[in-house]
Amino acid sequence: MGEIPESRRLARRLVSRADVGEQVEVCAGSSVRTEIRVYDGEVESLTVAESRGVGVRVICDGREGLAHAGSWDPDVVDTLLVEARDNMSFAEPDDRVGLAEPDGVDAADIDPWDDRIEATSVDDKVAIAVALEAATRGADPRVRGVRTSMYADSRGESAIVSTAGIDGWDRGASASIGTQPLIDDLDGSTRTGYAGDAAAAPQLLDIEEVARLAVERGVRLLGAGPPTTGRPLVVLEPRFTATILGIVAGMLSGELVVKGRTPFGDRVGEAIATDAVTMFDDPTDPDSLSASAFDGEGLACRRVPLISEGVLQGFLHDARSARGLGVSSTGSALRSVRGTPSPGHRSLSVGPGEGDLDAFIASINDGLLVASLQGLHSGVNAVSGDFSVGVEGVVIRNGELAEPIREGTLAGAIPRMLQDVARVGADLERQPGGILVPALVLDGLTLGGGSGA
Amino acid sequence: MLNHELINRTLSTAMRTGGEFAEVFVEDKRSSSAVLDDGRVEELTSGRDRGAGIRVVVGDTTGFAHTADLSEAGLSAAAEAAAAAARGGGGGAKVVAVSPIDIERSAPVRIPPEDVAKATKVGLLTLANEAARAQGSAISQVSARYGDSRRRILVANSDGVLAEDDQVRTLFSVSCVASGDTGLQTGRESTGRTVGFELFDEADVEEMGRRSAERAITKLSAQPAPSGAVPVVVGPGGGGVLFHEACGHGLEADLVGKGASVFANRVGEQVASPLVTLIDDGTMAGEWGHFAVDDEGRPAGHNVLIQDGVLTDYMWDQLRARKEGRLSSGNGRRQSYQHLPMVRMTNTYITAGHDDPEAIIADTDSGVYVAQLGGGQVNTATGDFVFGMTEAYLIENGEITDPIREGNLIGNGPEVLTRIDRLGHDFAMGSPGTCGKDGQGVPVGDGTPTLRVTSLTVGGTAA
Repeated sequence: MGEIPESRRLARRLVSRADVGEQVEVCAGSSVRTEIRVYDGEVESLTVAESRGVGVRVICDGREGLAHAGSWDPDVVDTLLVEARDNMSFAEPDDRVGLAEPDGVDAADIDPWDDRIEATSVDDKVAIAVALEAATRGADPRVRGVRTSMYADSRGESAIVSTAGIDGWDRGASASIGTQPLIDDLDGSTRTGYAGDAAAAPQLLDIEEVARLAVERGVRLLGAGPPTTGRPLVVLEPRFTATILGIVAGMLSGELVVKGRTPFGDRVGEAIATDAVTMFDDPTDPDSLSASAFDGEGLACRRVPLISEGVLQGFLHDARSARGLGVSSTGSALRSVRGTPSPGHRSLSVGPGEGDLDAFIASINDGLLVASLQGLHSGVNAVSGDFSVGVEGVVIRNGELAEPIREGTLAGAIPRMLQDVARVGADLERQPGGILVPALVLDGLTLGGGSGA
Repeated sequence: MLNHELINRTLSTAMRTGGEFAEVFVEDKRSSSAVLDDGRVEELTSGRDRGAGIRVVVGDTTGFAHTADLSEAGLSAAAEAAAAAARGGGGGAKVVAVSPIDIERSAPVRIPPEDVAKATKVGLLTLANEAARAQGSAISQVSARYGDSRRRILVANSDGVLAEDDQVRTLFSVSCVASGDTGLQTGRESTGRTVGFELFDEADVEEMGRRSAERAITKLSAQPAPSGAVPVVVGPGGGGVLFHEACGHGLEADLVGKGASVFANRVGEQVASPLVTLIDDGTMAGEWGHFAVDDEGRPAGHNVLIQDGVLTDYMWDQLRARKEGRLSSGNGRRQSYQHLPMVRMTNTYITAGHDDPEAIIADTDSGVYVAQLGGGQVNTATGDFVFGMTEAYLIENGEITDPIREGNLIGNGPEVLTRIDRLGHDFAMGSPGTCGKDGQGVPVGDGTPTLRVTSLTVGGTAA
């Protein structure tokens, strides 16, 4: 990359217009996206498009204002500083507000980029989506159609420049596929399955495996009825471990601690989970699709320990939340050009335990293998950690998989759940987004459903 | 937004390689928002998004490209990219000439939000915050949000249609956290309409602050929701989202066409209790899902989906309607110029019945009263859904008694439709919503009278 990217030039140009005594931060990015949807062997839609965005944050005397635009046209960009300044004048001051200061931590040498995304022809990308649909249809005779078989990729780059001396640029690219088979159930109704994959290049996507998994996930719920209310041991495949631990990590945001909105705020150094649980966020893992050199404020991304052998190590911070607690940013700012940064996880990892999914199932007399979780965004009280979500799954009886269930609910509380992690699996499985997690067994959750009291 | 000559040339470029249908969608959207959190006006944001999406249809294939560059060169490049994506066979040149269509429009916006001082908008946040905090020391956190947007669109297509719309929306919400012996509980109140700042002639932000605080405080004394199948009474406006999610999506022609709907091939059949009439109506002036012109240039429609329990029709966009040789029902919508349109709902509601709402509760021995449902999720192929209950109470001996918390409603949309046995003569629209489908969000409204479902599964945390 000999030439300076346009995003970086634009960001530098806007930052250079800062007034004396004013902090300015500009985030500018562009992306190129291809999306192909196939239905019935034909391309249903093919989208090829480039997007651009720029966000400006102005800070003065603890006040902050923002303006953003989905364009780099000069007539639009030139108004942003003025707009952001005007917005700033109506905000109330807060001594936590301020730009991230360079902290001397070197950015990891990460360049999550694979030229093959650009080099692969559109025809070859179409062929992937067509092959995925065919493989999905062919995986089982009960598949009567495929709602959508999709291939998508995007290549993006972004720059972040500020008056505090931040001047970062990075890029990323990934390709993904997904398929949703429609499967005839025993009573003539329709069930669905879903599976997807993501990778750094189209050639690395596992079409056959995705088709097989999508169909298997639908087929194993055929004939499902309502569950019996009880407290089974709940077995989570790695993809559901990722979902649940994502919620846990969300509750470890420093901003929530500052505002008193997490039950873990005052518990650093305490055992908040069984000692089998170790969890950290590692955006510097080069094998993760979510790896990144810089965070949303231009600081180097770094490995952040969250829970070690059950003991809470700390929180995810951006500059603002860190100031609130008198600590340093952990380089965990997430942001889009449209908003302010906020701390969060990029690429969670869990330390391995012992045993695998099959061994867990074989060892359980009364359990539930989860096949889907629904309503997570509405069913979790992030402040208290209480949750109640919809669940489908397969009953485990005397060490074997028995009948499937649907329209069940799974309820509990996150703080209690962490103390009730019965088993952590040995095999870490990379999830499409980059999360690296094993299977889990949870105790103490309530399964509710139609036949209960 | 663009002159007719440029539109005609762009459409001709898009059709040059044998397209059967081409469309230019131009959008210029300005938005502003202000957030108060933790007692402080935290941030004000302004946004501007402007660009065009061009699609070309050949056979069953749609090619789509979008650009933020509205110059002739930018539009021409996007038109060529869309045509190439659709893989036209290279037919002859087609000349396109567009002309404006007649559209009935609701009353214009009285107070354009851009004419209102930012200080006035910020002042609303402070009022709501103070009113909420005045409800007592149990209120530990208050956040409030103001947002407005003005979205101007132009749609032109190779059928000669040219239509424009100017959509102004204003939104306000308050969220509270109350802390007490049972931990932390939350309450929320929101209002949003397709109007300007005159929203606040009727919406009292202090009252909203008080009510969201009361919701949170009430939940402090709430008991965990029970689990099991019980009769459920849904309050006016509180449950429209359930019918939107669990029934409305299944009536979208794109999902029906793929066999991904439980309602496929069932027009003319009794699919619901005879009490039920379900309507999708984009013409409801001022409602959150209202517009004059949809994102494909069709006027908004008043579409009866279920009449007295009988399935009468689906909702249609241009693409699906063309295939069936009929007109779109004005349900073609998209999140922005960067997205392809598809069949979407607007304002979806169940019409009022004849029962006294009080009597519906009094006639229910034991069950759950849901005043407000939260977000949810539905599998449109099966109709299975899960919804959070954000405000709910037990019904015991025909009376609403203790508040309950942390519960979900779990069920199946088509089954719920057949199990509605009482319908109140009251009616209310619910809170403004954002409907998500295939990764695109659009503003939607919903509404219901008080109604009773004979049996619905409640999933709670009570042991």
